Amino acid sequence: MNLTLAFDLLLAAALLWSGWRSLSTPRLSRAIVMFVSFGLLMTLAWARLQAPDIALAEAAIGAGLTGALLLDTYGALRRRQHQENGA
Amino acid sequence: MKPWTVVVAVLAGALALIFAMLDLPAPAFDLLPAVTTHLPASGVEHPVTAVLLNYRAYDTLLEVAVLLLALIGILALGIDADPVAPRPVEAMLSILARLIVPAMIVMAVYLLWAGAHRPGGAFQAAAVLAAGGVLLQLGGLIASWSAPRARLRWSIAGGFLIFLGVALVTGLESTLLQYPMPIAGRLILLIESGLTISLGLILSGLFLLLSRDRKNEAP
Amino acid sequence: MSSSMVFAVTGVLLFAIGLAGMLIAAHLLRKVLAFNVLGSGLFLVLVGLPQRDGMADPVPQAMVLTGIVVAVAATALALALLRRLHALTGATSLPRDTDA
Repeated sequence: MNLTLAFDLLLAAALLWSGWRSLSTPRLSRAIVMFVSFGLLMTLAWARLQAPDIALAEAAIGAGLTGALLLDTYGALRRRQHQENGA
Repeated sequence: MKPWTVVVAVLAGALALIFAMLDLPAPAFDLLPAVTTHLPASGVEHPVTAVLLNYRAYDTLLEVAVLLLALIGILALGIDADPVAPRPVEAMLSILARLIVPAMIVMAVYLLWAGAHRPGGAFQAAAVLAAGGVLLQLGGLIASWSAPRARLRWSIAGGFLIFLGVALVTGLESTLLQYPMPIAGRLILLIESGLTISLGLILSGLFLLLSRDRKNEAP
Repeated sequence: MSSSMVFAVTGVLLFAIGLAGMLIAAHLLRKVLAFNVLGSGLFLVLVGLPQRDGMADPVPQAMVLTGIVVAVAATALALALLRRLHALTGATSLPRDTDA
């Protein structure tokens, strides 16, 4: 097994681990953060698959924009929940 | 649906797919030679850009329409006011936004131009512009969109309208989206420029329509 | 096994994880996360499978580029619907149907 194959296997294992942890963590904020790191690992995977266009798009959209959308929605849900519990 | 049933069924399906994939025969036809032989006639030098904006330009046109529909869907849901006043802006984020966003705009224009020769193109440039828009809103430098006015709406629809215009003109002359060879490169650049601005606005609008303003006063 | 095949197999496993997550999770935000993981796995299969002989195929790469942008738009629409649902009813999960 040469070094590049070992790197690819390690990257695949990291992808599977972060994907699974993102869906199985009980705390939602941690799940979103794990999803952002999953997106960054996907960028590395695209670079290894000789797809630099997709790597550029995934870095900006998959990790950045989707992460911002998810965190903003989570914050809005929590604020409204606090307001309803307090009122 | 019981969780264990779902897990076992999905795992069995995944294992079957993996065994099928490892045993897959060679594909019947190969598209790569077709792409590379016609690359000089397509107007650009990068195969992915040629596929996106020339060979499969119709799919890209429909995709921009889908993005526009998603934005219209979010607009149609209505924008409700945030119940609690949001947190004030941190100074560091505001300074970071002021420093980085001009560089991001330059980077986006470079990605748009470089899409003809190397990895890049309209979608990557629009993604960088959208990230810049999100950063500007988080740093408190622009307001979230509460009532988009006419100029913003025309800019959002403009890229799609340019693409549609080119499609109609080429459709009325010969075949839909068949660029005449001498001006193919320039047509692609025109379409990509419109798409960069429009898609940048659409993608940042997906965030800016929902996120509420950060206030600038002390708590 | 070539490196692109490793990623194709990873894509199938991510698809399975995402599908199980979408069916099992109750909170709608988790369903959206699972949908994104499922989509990413699918894109890995689309790009990794044609590449098992070594040459990068530009046609599925263009398709996946389109797919990533459409997936983020669908995610944004789903999150907007979730916020609307929460603003109107206060619930973050769909009501369980009882077949009693």
